Amino acid sequence: MQVPMEYYLILSAFMFSVGVAGVLIRRNAIVILMSIELMLNSANLALITFSSFMGNSVGQIFAFFVMTVAAAEAAIGLAIVIAIFRNKLTVNIDEINIFKW
Amino acid sequence: MNLELILFLILAGVAAFSSIMVITRPNPILSAVFLILNFFALAGVYLLLNAQFLSVVQVIVYAGAIMILFLFVLMLINTDNENSIFSDKRPIKYFAIFIAVLVFSQIVFLIFFSNPSSLPTGTVEQSVRAGEIESVGRELYTTYILPFLIAGYLLLVATMGAIILAKKKFE
Repeated sequence: MQVPMEYYLILSAFMFSVGVAGVLIRRNAIVILMSIELMLNSANLALITFSSFMGNSVGQIFAFFVMTVAAAEAAIGLAIVIAIFRNKLTVNIDEINIFKW
Repeated sequence: MNLELILFLILAGVAAFSSIMVITRPNPILSAVFLILNFFALAGVYLLLNAQFLSVVQVIVYAGAIMILFLFVLMLINTDNENSIFSDKRPIKYFAIFIAVLVFSQIVFLIFFSNPSSLPTGTVEQSVRAGEIESVGRELYTTYILPFLIAGYLLLVATMGAIILAKKKFE
């Protein structure tokens, strides 16, 4: 525990903002899903940091649940991407506008 | 400079570098490979935080299962490369970078404003015990049994939903 807590939290904040930028900049739906994974991981890092510094395993259990939700989200998201690709032959979100009128 | 700080700086540098690479590579497969590198660096950071169980789960579930799913879908559907992010001239790019810098500075301001080092911390012994699979498993199967069951149900629903979505051709 010789590294201060702030270092871990700043790494977490950095990864979160990179994920935000990725979601806003990229146009490929799969890369957007990857950026979301990046943000979920940064949340995990913050949870585990607090849990470890306080000597309490509750934060790690929450990180475990975040991983479960991330796995479910990746499976559903990729299934949607495949379904859209079958219809439109693209995963570029600028060209996917079937709900727009 | 002690060993822990050196290890942290190396792992954090790899994690930060690879996260930048994920969003700047035009080829999505390269993005996925750098995301796997990011997950391995984070698993190392978790080990530094004494979270052994979560570190192993990170490698098995994230790098092993989720990223294989991503790579599988990337190989399945043939996507063309995007334009490189540096030749991208749309105004949304600058807007996105502005938003990201804003979010980062807000979080860093809050981190230093709340001064987390002043919080009551446990001993190193407590921290090591908190990360062991024994204490995590005991909490998971006693206090948090209901969320655990709901998580299992969520995975079941997600599996069925993924099969139905990927199989059916919606008109």
